[in-house]
Amino acid sequence: MTDQILKRTALYPCHRAAGARMVDFAGWEMPISYRGILEEHRAVRTGAGTFDVSHMGFVEIRGPQAAAFCQKLTTNDIGRLRDGRAQYSLLCNEKGGILDDVVVYRLEQRRLAVCVNAANAEAGVAWMREHATDGAEIDDRRRQTALIAVQGPRAAAALEPLGMESPAGRLARFGCVETRVLGVLAVVARTGYTGEDGFEIFVPADHAVRVWDVLVGEGAATPAGLGARDTLRLEAGLLLHGTDMDATTSPFAADLGAFVKLDCGPFVGREALVAEAQTGPVRRLVGIVLRDPGVPRHGYPIEREGRRIGVVTSGGMSPTLGRGIALGYVERPHDAVGTAVEIEVRGRRLEGEVVRRPFYRAPATGSGPAGHAQGRP
Amino acid sequence: MECPQELRYTKEHEWVRIEGEIGTVGITDFAQHELGDVVFVELPASGTSLTKGQAFGVVESVKAVSDIYAPVGGVVVEVNADVGRQPELVNQEPYGGGWLVRLRIADAGELGDLMDAGAYREYTREKD
Repeated sequence: MTDQILKRTALYPCHRAAGARMVDFAGWEMPISYRGILEEHRAVRTGAGTFDVSHMGFVEIRGPQAAAFCQKLTTNDIGRLRDGRAQYSLLCNEKGGILDDVVVYRLEQRRLAVCVNAANAEAGVAWMREHATDGAEIDDRRRQTALIAVQGPRAAAALEPLGMESPAGRLARFGCVETRVLGVLAVVARTGYTGEDGFEIFVPADHAVRVWDVLVGEGAATPAGLGARDTLRLEAGLLLHGTDMDATTSPFAADLGAFVKLDCGPFVGREALVAEAQTGPVRRLVGIVLRDPGVPRHGYPIEREGRRIGVVTSGGMSPTLGRGIALGYVERPHDAVGTAVEIEVRGRRLEGEVVRRPFYRAPATGSGPAGHAQGRP
Repeated sequence: MECPQELRYTKEHEWVRIEGEIGTVGITDFAQHELGDVVFVELPASGTSLTKGQAFGVVESVKAVSDIYAPVGGVVVEVNADVGRQPELVNQEPYGGGWLVRLRIADAGELGDLMDAGAYREYTREKD
């Protein structure tokens, strides 16, 4: 029996002071909730919630070959990025399996950054170093960087007291900027994982507590934990690496083909994906809404006319819809929107249907262009 | 954690209120706090016969599925319809509006091994 020492982010004292329920997530001691998952979920859908996601990894890539390096490691087209833009992308292995889903930020032509999932951070950085090239310096800034995500229709207002030199409200969706936040240089991106408007603030760890306190105080943002983060991203139809996809999953099976650009030069996994693009995947990720009352969960069978056709990978009761929702893989052609399916819950077959994602779409607020793309864990 | 004096408690964190031959059953404040936000409750139909210790329903939170066990044997005479529509009642009023079922108790002798409020409080303290 081993005693595992859990890592703590710079914001750990804030969570303890707020009485958060803490949990081991990917080796980090993180807040699962403060006042309650549903209350925090609603706060994000109606106002602004603030999440500590400092367990995620922030890696900078600098130099004349920075963009070329990112291009060869990711599936999306770095060539579409201009200064101050970010894009969702995937890191694949040689077989085209998804090692991680990431967001790549282009701050300047010679300065990009990649944000990786906590669970894959060590492996991801090692993999980047394995593929290192001249002219692209890999600066692993995980330990020095805290990440605070502020999400919800009131997110821009919540950031106002931070006195950003470049105001948050002016950032376009998926825009990013390096600017002073409470006087300290930070990277702010208009990205998120909740299906709402929102911002992710990459701030030096030494200043994280100050920023958090202002967001919660003057900013009136509600502290929200990983529990609400999961219910929110599920309603937004967003995948979680390690649960909805892993290194054995191809982007086409995960329905992430939109983020794979096969005509922009070589990248790791390209050959395998070109082959799969010809035939298409055998099974595909879909969203399912239950018509019968009940809660679908990871591992529950998906059936059609009494025959098993797939399995749930993520599921739960949608707080906003009041119905069970799920992500899962089904055999094609049962992945067509509108297909009637059943999910087996404790021996009973509950009726549902394949739907288009997201399950919930936030009403357009008119501030910043509405963009929907796979977000960020 | 609240544990009303007049109730009896099980090791699985159910409570029962005895009024004549009718027992009202729910889960305790300790249990709802452990579970977190309740999102779904599955209960048997009226008329169902239960034996003591039998798993008769399920309380589901965001993350967990928790079986509920009959503190005493009997026949279900009433099921709380409100918790179907408002599962959060189990969190907000575990001893009041969040009650789950009412049973006609078959054998009052089966109540003998249930804990009183003091013993249950001690039991939950040990669990922390």
